[in-house]
Amino acid sequence: MYKQGKYQIVSKKNPAKGIFDIEILCPEIAALAEAGQFAQVAAEGFFLRRPISICDIDKDKGTIRLVFEIRGKGTEKLADLCCGQLIDIIAPLGKGFKVMEGRKVICVGGGIGVPPMVGVAKAYGENAVAISGFRNMAAVILQEDFEAAGAKTILCTDDGSAGRKGFVTEALEEQIAAEKPDLVVACGPMVMLKRVADIAEKHGIECQVSLEQRMACGVGACLVCACRTVKNGAEIHSHVCKDGPVFDSKEVVFE
Amino acid sequence: MNRLNVNFCGVDFKNPIVPASGTYGYGREYECLYPLSKLGGISVKGTTLHRREGNPAPRVAETPAGMLNSVGLQNGGVDKFLSYELPNLVTKDTRIIANIAGSTVEECGELAAKLRGSAVDMIELNISCPNVKQGGAAFGTDCAIAGQVTKIVKDNSDKPVMVKLSPNVTSIVDIAKSVEANGADAVSLINTLLGMRIDIKTGRPILKNNVGGLSGPAVFPVAVRMVWQVANAVNIPVCGMGGVSTWEDAVEIMMAGASLVQVGAAIFNDPFAPVKIVDGLQKYCEDNGINNISEIVGTVKPW
Repeated sequence: MYKQGKYQIVSKKNPAKGIFDIEILCPEIAALAEAGQFAQVAAEGFFLRRPISICDIDKDKGTIRLVFEIRGKGTEKLADLCCGQLIDIIAPLGKGFKVMEGRKVICVGGGIGVPPMVGVAKAYGENAVAISGFRNMAAVILQEDFEAAGAKTILCTDDGSAGRKGFVTEALEEQIAAEKPDLVVACGPMVMLKRVADIAEKHGIECQVSLEQRMACGVGACLVCACRTVKNGAEIHSHVCKDGPVFDSKEVVFE
Repeated sequence: MNRLNVNFCGVDFKNPIVPASGTYGYGREYECLYPLSKLGGISVKGTTLHRREGNPAPRVAETPAGMLNSVGLQNGGVDKFLSYELPNLVTKDTRIIANIAGSTVEECGELAAKLRGSAVDMIELNISCPNVKQGGAAFGTDCAIAGQVTKIVKDNSDKPVMVKLSPNVTSIVDIAKSVEANGADAVSLINTLLGMRIDIKTGRPILKNNVGGLSGPAVFPVAVRMVWQVANAVNIPVCGMGGVSTWEDAVEIMMAGASLVQVGAAIFNDPFAPVKIVDGLQKYCEDNGINNISEIVGTVKPW
């Protein structure tokens, strides 16, 4: 179940260079949305919509937040939209992350893969540990959101200019050693996802990863956003928009 | 007064607007937005004899006013279509066009035979997919083979057969004439135009298949021209498609000679596009005193 419509942008921030954080008033979409789902966003003058993960959902206010990076001319156009203007979205789309009451989760986000982790961390609150990785201090976003969600918040940067120096995978190993969670969820570059999935498997922990692929329809009709997965022992092409974007890491064939 | 109903090869469509094969699955993904009964029909995802996984991703690249795709006919196979998709579709009060694609001439006949006696209203024989190695456009770019495939499907079918033509040919009129001579009840055109895009940072094509089919508003003028040429050369009805995005586009391609219209890539931008076009055509007829939309088919007055 999803909706398509033009909805008002009620706040817009620019938390880091090239990163935009917009809040959209869309009560019927907010009511349906779950952490890990995404929106297909129309960029004026461009033929295809841009898939952007939902960062946060406020069902009381009837809003969703989209945090995106300028990747090309289409997302540049989206970044031009101002507070008060309308944005054309189709949402919520795809399958989100598992939320298990009273269970513990570690959320691992890398770069622009960090935003969808906010929604998961919020759903788990104090039972969540949020590990985020960025290139450097200037790129850091959303740490205050994880703290506000009640999650234990661990920041890593490649150069050590903020938080601890090193990769999210090192922090993940330490965190698992300290307290084994029931679930690990991750979004970020494919190499990071593979490492996270390997670590989770080594410790026998369930792991879900959120994948990315070029899309067209966003709803499962056109079949362009194929990803290689294993179902019942056979390798098949699943589709990121409908079967995902969140997959059980054991199903994903990492390149 | 029903101003939009059209008879196409003996099949009654409540309106001439049909989502194009490959852009609409089997309708399931759009039912939460509007009832499928608003559509004249649905041309379902290209169906092959056996399940196909399609080409590796990326399978899509954006272009000015359009897109390239290289899906490669991923589908569950004809048996799954018959057992799982068709029983659902027949409850939707819309016409069902089964789009079939074989990798050999014999396979095309076998597919048609499988659909005998089924609830499918019409067959669209795809001889124009640019993204498969066997069959596809290899059938649609050769007059003799195009005719041969048409004949075997006609011989094995109890449905009207519409042949979907490739624009990637020297003369689409010659291909259309060949399929007509071999018994085609209608032709549909155009399938996508073969194209390519390269990421200049990596020097790699964006599509993993290197090349793919161009669709969207960018191809619309090519579609109008080809529909016009074919409609003037054959005596069977023409289903027009290729970049149709608005009701004005639908009127234009009908004036060129199309009596049925398929809407494809426009759906990705606006999933409501087909129903908006239906509503627009209704108003167009009312505003212009047109009793039935068929009256405008082929009415272009060339200079």
